Amino acid sequence: MTTTAPAEAAVQQSSPGTAEKAPRRRPGRIRRIGLPYLLLLPALLLELLVHLVPMVIGIVMSFKELTQFYIRDWGTAPWSGFDNYKVSVDFDAPVGEALLHSFFVTVAFTLLSVGLCWLIGTTAAIYMQDTFRGRGLLRALFLVPYALPVYAAVITWVFMFQHDNGLVNHVLHDQLHLTDKPSFWLIGDNSFYALLTVSVWKGWPFAFLIVMAGLQNIPGELYEAAALDGAGMWQQIRRITLPSLRPVNQVLVLVLFLWTFNDFNTPYVLFGKAAPEAADLISVHIYQASFVTWNFGTGSAMSVLLLLFLLVVTGVYLALTSRGRRAADG
Amino acid sequence: MAKSPMAPPSSFLWSRRVFLTLLTGFVLIPVYVMVSSSLKPLADVTGEFRWLPSGLTIRPYIDIWSTVPLAKYFVNSLIVSVAATVCSVVVAVFAAYAVSRYTFRGKRVFTVTVLSTQMFPGILFLLPLFLLYVNIGNATGIALFGSRGGLILTYLTFSLPFSIWMLIGYFDSVPRDLDEAALVDGCGPLGALFRVVVPAAIPGIVAVAVYAFMTAWGEVLFASVMTNDTTRTLAVGLQGYSTLNDVYWNQIMAASLVVSVPVVAGFLLLQRYLVAGLTAGAVK
Repeated sequence: MTTTAPAEAAVQQSSPGTAEKAPRRRPGRIRRIGLPYLLLLPALLLELLVHLVPMVIGIVMSFKELTQFYIRDWGTAPWSGFDNYKVSVDFDAPVGEALLHSFFVTVAFTLLSVGLCWLIGTTAAIYMQDTFRGRGLLRALFLVPYALPVYAAVITWVFMFQHDNGLVNHVLHDQLHLTDKPSFWLIGDNSFYALLTVSVWKGWPFAFLIVMAGLQNIPGELYEAAALDGAGMWQQIRRITLPSLRPVNQVLVLVLFLWTFNDFNTPYVLFGKAAPEAADLISVHIYQASFVTWNFGTGSAMSVLLLLFLLVVTGVYLALTSRGRRAADG
Repeated sequence: MAKSPMAPPSSFLWSRRVFLTLLTGFVLIPVYVMVSSSLKPLADVTGEFRWLPSGLTIRPYIDIWSTVPLAKYFVNSLIVSVAATVCSVVVAVFAAYAVSRYTFRGKRVFTVTVLSTQMFPGILFLLPLFLLYVNIGNATGIALFGSRGGLILTYLTFSLPFSIWMLIGYFDSVPRDLDEAALVDGCGPLGALFRVVVPAAIPGIVAVAVYAFMTAWGEVLFASVMTNDTTRTLAVGLQGYSTLNDVYWNQIMAASLVVSVPVVAGFLLLQRYLVAGLTAGAVK
């Protein structure tokens, strides 16, 4: 607070004098040039401390042979050039092969999860656009999975997926007789579907929320005009609602993608420290590579590769969707 | 908000009924399992699953406090989350005001950099941050690692990018004439911010606060590495109900419910603001 006081005082002094000559919109603009930077300073310092500096340290670490012997004083760890990267991308050796497998699992999981979250969220938001009895209650209910703390929600799913005393096997095996014997959901191949179910259950309300907000910005005249032209409900949704949501979707899909791809909390609570191979998401994989084997150099190299991949995907995505948008506008 | 003057066709109404019914089931079953299991005796949750409890008991709700020091974790989570929320909102308000109301060199670089931190995998800076906190502690004596302060610092930056982004949109929708009038009346820029812009942007600020609180309350990864016995938060503490021999599922469910109630209740009370905030800000 005290640091901004001089700037404020300067503006108050200068305002009356300059207001007559300078355009009224920005009184005393020149004198205030430092103020925006002061306002940004706390945010900048925090981002530097918690995100940017650690990221640089992480990149430096990825070029070091950083095992538990050096962890107390990581600066003294010997440089290892690109060794950590070579190990990570040597897909014929176990470490690289496991990383590649984990990467493909994560891509498949993310595409399915984001797709389903978007589909369910958008459908629900469109169905609930006009008022009907119980709409407010339903909307609140639908937001519960999103509002629940991750660990509380996921631990409930862990209980439901238990082999002997879980709800899922009770329904599928004991009540519906769909399976010959109770299945394992948290180990083996089924774990992929378990993870997907939990992820969609937790993730779709966010899409719902955003699309719901986006729908409110579509001007009502568009629908009225379409109705006058004889367009039915379904046609209105296809011709007006969905195209109008395009800018919202551009951001929504990207955010969902990044969150899902980087998600650590859900698999960590669902499977514990050792994720089954079929659901070995990349965040947990790297966590294990770092903290369970105490090989922080390789873990850092993997994290940097992950970041590069996300940067490229985000860049390409934004370039493609922005061009599409411009073409649609023009 | 009626979409069109005519009534929706019956195909729309029927498909809506089916879809929303199925979705309600999907959403509610885990909630039902959580609530019902938290009221079951232990035998009900260790044997075959039962939809209905054999008898209702509030025993789990009494036992959760002694099986693990839940109250301590609760207080820790509360301190960390409230502090992170307050700091995050204040910092975001300043930054968003600067971006929304001023033109300055580096504005675009700032917004892009802040937003791009959203895509950083947490795992990339977990270990470096851990080392950084330890080094700062050794060099200055400020205990960040293992302390609540370190966790608060970490969490507030997690919600910061989204908060700034949403508030920029929200502040943009507050007419500039309002703060210019305040400036003409002799308020400084900060006076204009706090007397005019902030009151007009309350829904956006509430939305951002809700988001920041939920982020801090639910985080697992950093909490599991950066806390010790005295500063442990709920995210880690809840794992204490499974021992080698027994998993007290009824207590786990009771504890999950207890730790969820504050956030879910707060969220549902304030969700109107969140939708309003998103409508005016982020989604525009």
